[in-house]
Amino acid sequence: MGVLAGAWDWLATGANWSGENGVWHRLGEHVYVSGISLAVACAVALPVGLWLGHIGKGGALAVNISNIGRAVPVFAVLALFMVSPLRSAGYLPTIVALVLFALPPLLTNAYVGVREVDRSVVEAARGMGMSGGQLFWRVELPLARELVMTGLRSGAVQVIATATIAAMVGQGGLGRIITAGFNTYNTAQVFAGALLVAALALLVEGALVAADRLFPRPAAR
Amino acid sequence: MAGQNCLVANDWICWDYVTSRSQELTDATVQHVWITGVSVLVGLVVSLPLALLARRGRRWAAPVLGLTTLLYTVPSLAMFSLLLPLFGLSASLVVTGLVLYSLTILVRNAMAGLEAVPEEVREAARGMGYGPGRLLWQVELPLALPALLAGVRIATVSTVALTTVGSIVGKGGLGNLIAPAVNSSFKAQVLTASVLCVLLALVADLLLLGVQRLLTPWTRATRAPRAARRMKPVPAEPAVSGPTTAKGA
Repeated sequence: MGVLAGAWDWLATGANWSGENGVWHRLGEHVYVSGISLAVACAVALPVGLWLGHIGKGGALAVNISNIGRAVPVFAVLALFMVSPLRSAGYLPTIVALVLFALPPLLTNAYVGVREVDRSVVEAARGMGMSGGQLFWRVELPLARELVMTGLRSGAVQVIATATIAAMVGQGGLGRIITAGFNTYNTAQVFAGALLVAALALLVEGALVAADRLFPRPAAR
Repeated sequence: MAGQNCLVANDWICWDYVTSRSQELTDATVQHVWITGVSVLVGLVVSLPLALLARRGRRWAAPVLGLTTLLYTVPSLAMFSLLLPLFGLSASLVVTGLVLYSLTILVRNAMAGLEAVPEEVREAARGMGYGPGRLLWQVELPLALPALLAGVRIATVSTVALTTVGSIVGKGGLGNLIAPAVNSSFKAQVLTASVLCVLLALVADLLLLGVQRLLTPWTRATRAPRAARRMKPVPAEPAVSGPTTAKGA
C-alpha cells in the first residue's frame, strides 16, 4: 500500500513530468518508438502472412519464424546494435529490435487467421466462381479479421511493454524512469514507471478495439 | 598471434575471446541453465493446481486466466525492479519473475490439454470405478501431456530469452556478460553471449521435443485423427497463439 501511495505521490509531483528525464519526454519517446516499430512490423508481416495463408504455403516457415523469434532475446539484439555503428543512429536500434520482435507473432497470426477459415466456405466460394482476389477480399480476409486483430492487439501490448528494455542499453523511453528509480532504490518511482507503461498499453489496446469497431463489419445473419 | 589481434581490434568474432574467457562463459551458461530450469519447473508445479482450479467453473477460470495474462503484460524490467524490495539482489528474485511469466503459457496449455480429454474417456474411467484422484493421474494428465509439454517447450524457450533481463540485478546468466560489454563496446563478448543464449534456447527446445516424443509415443502414430478431433473442442490452439492479449481488467 505504501508503494502505491508513493507511486501516486511521485506521479502527482509536477517536477517529475518536465525536463529531459521527465515523464512527458520519456512518454513521447516511448510512443514514438513503439508506434513506428508496430507500423513497420504490420506493413511487412500482415501482407506476407495473409498472402502465405491465401496460397496455403509456408506454414512451416511461419511457425518456425515464430519459434526462432521467441528464442532471440530483445536485450541481446539491442546490445548487438549498440556495439555496432547503429549506436549513433538515435532511436533506430530500438526501433529495429522491436520490429524484429513484433514480426513473428504478427506474421503467424495473419497466416493462421487465413488458414483457419473453414475450408468448406472457401470451396463454396471457389465453386461460385470467385477469383483468387475475390476469394481473398470477400471471404478469407473478413473471416480472418478477428484473429488478425487479436494478434495486432497483443503485438501492440507486447511492443509497448518490451520497449522498456531499451533503457537497459541507455536508449530512451519510459523504461528510463524505471531504471532511474532502480538505481536510486526509489521503489515508488519504479512502480510509477510500471504504471505508466501499463496505462499506455491499456490505452492503446482500447484504441485498437475502438478502431476495429469503426470499420464496417460484414453483416451478420 | 592472430588471435591476440582480434581482441585488440575488437572484432565481432574472436576465438581467442572464447578460449581465454571460457571459465566466465561456462559459469554464465550454467547460471542461465539453472535459473531457467528452476523457473520452468516451479512454474509447472504452480500451474497445474491453477489449471485444475480454473476448470472447476467460470467463477475460477476468469480470475486465474485474467491474472496470469495480466502478469505477462508487466514489462520484465519493471517486474524485476518491483520484486527487488521483496528479495534483494538475489537469484530468487529473477526466478520468481520468470515463474510468474511462465504461468501465462503453462496454465493455458494445461487447461487446453485437460479440456481436450474426451468426455467418453472420463465416463469410461468412472464406470470402471476410478475415483477423481486416480482419474486425474492415470487418465486425464497422460492425455493432457501433449498440450502440456507443448506449453513447457514454449515457456522454456521464452524463459531462456527473458533470463537475460535478470542482469539488471546481476543474476541474468549470459545477460551478465552482455550488459557490461555494451558499455565497453566489447563486440566479441556481446556476440558470443547472444549466440550462446539463442543456442541454449534451441538446444533446450530440441531436448524437450525428444522428451515429448518419448513420453507421448501415441501422438505420432495417430497424428491425423487426433488433429481432426482437436478441431472440434477448439482449445484455443495452444501451440500457435500462445500468450495473447491482456484482456482482463
